[in-house]
Amino acid sequence: MPEVASHTDRAQQGTLRFPAHPIDGLAGTSFKHQHLPSILADEERRGGFFEVHAENYMGAGGPPHAALTRIREDYPVSLHGVCMSIGGPQPLDKDHLGRFAALVQRYEPALVSEHLAWSTHDTTYYNDLLPLPYTEASLRRVAEHIDEVQEAIGRPLLLENPSTYVVFKESTMSETAFIREIVKRTGCGLLLDINNVFVSATNQGFSALDYLSDYPLGRVAEIHLAGHAEQEDDEGDLLLIDSHDGPVADAVWKLFDIVIGWRGPVPTLIEWDSAIPEWSVLKREARAAQTILDRHAAVPRQEKLHACG
Amino acid sequence: MHAAKGRPSEAAERPGYPERFVPALLDPGRPTPALVAGPNGKAADKRFNVYRNNVTVSLIEALAAAFPATMRITGEAFFRAMARFHIRETPPTSPLPFEYGRDFPDFIERYEYAQSMPWLADVARIERAWLDAYHAADAAVLPPHALASVRPADLAGIIFEPHPATRIIRSAYPAVTVFSANRGDGPVGRIEVAAAESALITRPALEVEVRSLQPGSDVFLSSLLGGEPFGNAAVTGKTCCPEFDLAAAVAVTLEAGAFAAIRHGG
Repeated sequence: MPEVASHTDRAQQGTLRFPAHPIDGLAGTSFKHQHLPSILADEERRGGFFEVHAENYMGAGGPPHAALTRIREDYPVSLHGVCMSIGGPQPLDKDHLGRFAALVQRYEPALVSEHLAWSTHDTTYYNDLLPLPYTEASLRRVAEHIDEVQEAIGRPLLLENPSTYVVFKESTMSETAFIREIVKRTGCGLLLDINNVFVSATNQGFSALDYLSDYPLGRVAEIHLAGHAEQEDDEGDLLLIDSHDGPVADAVWKLFDIVIGWRGPVPTLIEWDSAIPEWSVLKREARAAQTILDRHAAVPRQEKLHACG
Repeated sequence: MHAAKGRPSEAAERPGYPERFVPALLDPGRPTPALVAGPNGKAADKRFNVYRNNVTVSLIEALAAAFPATMRITGEAFFRAMARFHIRETPPTSPLPFEYGRDFPDFIERYEYAQSMPWLADVARIERAWLDAYHAADAAVLPPHALASVRPADLAGIIFEPHPATRIIRSAYPAVTVFSANRGDGPVGRIEVAAAESALITRPALEVEVRSLQPGSDVFLSSLLGGEPFGNAAVTGKTCCPEFDLAAAVAVTLEAGAFAAIRHGG
């Protein structure tokens, strides 16, 4: 399998318009335009990376592109697609795929990712990451879609595991079995969202550690951490909502520490998409992640990669 | 490494879960789809409601972000109720967040509870045009002195190429004044203007600008943006509006950066 998220081939071809900032072992944050002045004024401008939602940069021009161009000059960038609808049975939207590929070419991101989910059915776009059953039929569809995306962008895609609230009666395999098979068939990389694992584990009544032990960690090229909210299910039990509107929960930090202990440092993003705080708050969360990454980078890794696929 | 590429899956084999999942997403009257459940025999109503809530609330937020002055005029509760009706009637067809809301001004115009605010739809039209200008392609604007190099005899035949961001919203109400008073965070004083105002929306660099056009200027500029030669557009402006001031109209549109270039017509 090719190295996941490798960027060096194109660098050698001399096609880079931006510096090839390395992203290995860094903690980063979601890039919000209101933070740009604070980021540029920050005296400690070192390390870190920024992730953007691809769809916000699919307009022709204007301030979004100006801001992203400015940030890309100084930092590695991760391009995160939200609405490719890879997990849906209908064919991918070719126009959308073209726009996505054009962004990859234009901004030369260090990481490129999308979701194991769907959001479009027929011609309606539902603006949410909707779940899919895990069956042989859906597996075949998702693998075809990932092949198509990887062909269009000319590099491996990182696929993100979902946060889920329901189960499909027709599912015939576990989420980890499904993801392992997708990796095997397509050679894609993985974006492991540890908050999503924790949210799904709580909601579905399984062990987050069991899930992570069964996950192909060797293919993980990025990690997401985020905050979640609490509600109740029909029986009055805890139901967690993947809300991205607050600090990372202690339990998620603990799981992150364990995963990095097993896997070694991986670029890690603090996702914060609503109720967005000041830059200093976001930066503090990223620094907490960086501390854990650095601690595991400093000591010889305990080889616990039994889970790596 | 690639997945088996032999034969594309037939449409007949296409899994049907979206057909069974989506009807209840935007219709609270429908039951939770039978294909989903909670784990270990649990119910799934509140669980499915998470998706319902995500879809509707995120789209309401998208409209609130695109139409802030409209929301400030109506108040948040009114706006969110109006937006919810619109989302159920006209959900998005594009995955791009800034494409949504094109039909919202027309919806507002016929929305029963907004009939007492007849200018509201035009304010929303200005906000929708603002968003289009914000995302429009970058291009240099025609410098104001460019007309100075045109020989007087050639002037009537000049064609103006619109800048990609330029939009005009014509209104029978003081829509620009109402828009400007409500778009920011400042206090809204009593609005004394009653005259019709058309809006010129431009983005000469990175900032979107909204100006009020004098009577006749809107017709003149619409004509120019439609590709009419300068002479014809001037006649159209004057015909529609006797007090039309051509020199002032040219000055304001050039200053606004409404054009990208001029060329000599055939």
